[in-house]
Amino acid sequence: MSIPGTEGQPLRVAIVGSGPGGFYAAEALLESGLQVEVDLIERLPVPFGLVRFGVAPDHAKLKSVTAVFTQIAEDPRLRFFGNVELGRDVSVRQLGALYHAVIVATGAAGDRRLGIAGEHLPGVHAAGDFVGWYNGRPECADIQFDLDQEVAVVIGQGNVAIDVCRILASPIDALRRTDIAAHALDALARSRVREIHLVGRRGPVQAKFTPKELRELGALPGWQPRVDPGALVLNDASQAELAMPGFVHAPRNLDILRGFAQAPVEDGRRPLHLHFHRAPVALSGRSRIERIELEAQVLSGEAGAQSATPTGERLSLPAGLVLRSVGYRGTPLPGLPFDLVRGALPHRDGRIVDTGGTVLRGWYATGWIKRGPTGVIGTNRADSVDTVAGLLADLAQLDTLKAGRAGLLAQLSADRRKVIDFAGWRAIAQAEAERGRAGGKPAEKFVRVDDMLEAAVVAGAPRSWERA
Amino acid sequence: MTHVVTDNCRGCRYTDCVASCPVACFHVNEVRVYIDPAVCIDCSACIPACPVHAIFEEFDLADDQQHWIRINAEAAQRYPVIRTRLAPLDGADARRQQLGL
Ligand SMILES: Cc1cc2nc3c(=O)[nH]c(=O)nc-3n(C[C@H](O)[C@H](O)[C@H](O)COP(=O)(O)OP(=O)(O)OC[C@H]3O[C@@H](n4cnc5c(N)ncnc54)[C@H](O)[C@@H]3O)c2cc1C
Ligand code: SF4
Ligand code: SF4
Repeated sequence: MSIPGTEGQPLRVAIVGSGPGGFYAAEALLESGLQVEVDLIERLPVPFGLVRFGVAPDHAKLKSVTAVFTQIAEDPRLRFFGNVELGRDVSVRQLGALYHAVIVATGAAGDRRLGIAGEHLPGVHAAGDFVGWYNGRPECADIQFDLDQEVAVVIGQGNVAIDVCRILASPIDALRRTDIAAHALDALARSRVREIHLVGRRGPVQAKFTPKELRELGALPGWQPRVDPGALVLNDASQAELAMPGFVHAPRNLDILRGFAQAPVEDGRRPLHLHFHRAPVALSGRSRIERIELEAQVLSGEAGAQSATPTGERLSLPAGLVLRSVGYRGTPLPGLPFDLVRGALPHRDGRIVDTGGTVLRGWYATGWIKRGPTGVIGTNRADSVDTVAGLLADLAQLDTLKAGRAGLLAQLSADRRKVIDFAGWRAIAQAEAERGRAGGKPAEKFVRVDDMLEAAVVAGAPRSWERA
Repeated sequence: MTHVVTDNCRGCRYTDCVASCPVACFHVNEVRVYIDPAVCIDCSACIPACPVHAIFEEFDLADDQQHWIRINAEAAQRYPVIRTRLAPLDGADARRQQLGL
């Protein structure tokens, strides 16, 4: 029996998830020089994962990476299966039987909780839900964020936390020209937020911001970032960390923060307070969130491995809206092992392993569901190349004789599942662009799955569930 | 704004930068790489990927490094695009040590 990937026996691979991890895995397979048939399976009718639903609407240049994904999708050896969810429309067992190999790239969009009292109070949200809301993610479209509040507290020390602060503080006219969801634009236009606190447990050197994002906070008209100069005094370990490889952005961040700390306070500008060495310990309020209690932290330990411990000193702030961005985690997929601690798939060099460490033949992972929620868009490219290299090294061990695409299409059409192909997505994108044009926006996204499906059909493009 | 490859990228060509670039905007000659400012989307993924800290945001360039902006833009036109990691040049590790990295 011939090895998959040769003449007459294409290597049939399903990739689950069409974010950066999935697209770059597809790219690596298409460029492998082998005969390949790549099926990209996505639970939503629309592709691009967090590039569509995570990356902030005012970062249009970053979002233009979708042009690269579109080029990958145009390869005739690739087919997009939008509106098909692993676990709902097709099972792990079924995919395993249909394909030589499956690459799981489902991301890690679930949120971690703070685990403190009062977290259930109305007005306390996951920052990821707020991001999903302003980016038109269907699951988040109906969440109500109370922007009648004057004080917002954002908890976290990464770029997502900064994105959220920036969107809260952006002049509404700057957002009008983006593809921000209409419901969010309306709500933000009426926002009464006039004070923002960005709160983090660790110090300025350990914060995960990138300098570009941090600098943008200083350029928000009408707002002024404020930093207590005392928070920028470094202990010896933090000083040493400035020169360590894992802290490339820290020296620039520190410069920017020093600039913020030294700037004279301007009365007319609304304060955006950046708190370091402070962790939330309790949230309180009668029927909704009213106050947040922070406890001062001190860093100790060796450079590169410092941890924060509470000092006992407390600070209480009024808070009408609390958005927590303290980490993301993946969701388990029925039929696959899961590492609950990391919130990701257990793997060895991209090969999914069970709890005993045995490799699940033919199953691979890439992107956030593999590494956990770290790294930017490009990080997933190098990661997917690694995963695909492992897959290609395993070719001789993979089962042969798989039905692949024809088998999946047959099954989905038997189930009368509406499958959106890439032409269907183009029809959706075109309809969104037209909707946007009226308001001067690059796109007015559909925020309901049904509307997306309808746009794909009305344009006459897909009807792939009938064609199949 | 763009990102710029500066002097430290010389005789090493680890190209870890290239592997993490989401948009294929690196160009390569015999000894080093350049970024095409017209294609770069300013994602900064290449900065931590470079083992010798050769890449900077344009905004962060020191005054005596500004000439690299023009050099990158011009060289990107002249040399071919590179999309996947190359084998490091001989002597790359020595150069890295020489830089104290
Ligand atoms: C709020 C936010 C802002 C960010 N901003 C930036 C930024 O400005 N710049 C930057 O470089 N990086 C940014 N990132 C990081 C970047 O988005 C991630 O590195 C990247 O998206 C991870 O790619 P992925 O493919 O692993 O996951 P994702 O992008 O999450 O893609 C996963 C895909 O899988 C699909 N899926 C999930 N489950 C299933 C299933 N069961 N069946 C079928 N499909 C499924 C999802 O719908 C999704 O489309 C941001 C991240 C977040 C959360
Ligand atoms: S990783 Fe750094 S040194 Fe190596 S090629 Fe890229 S920019 Fe040059
Ligand atoms: S900043 Fe991003 S897009 Fe620009 S060269 Fe670096 S990796 Fe490529």
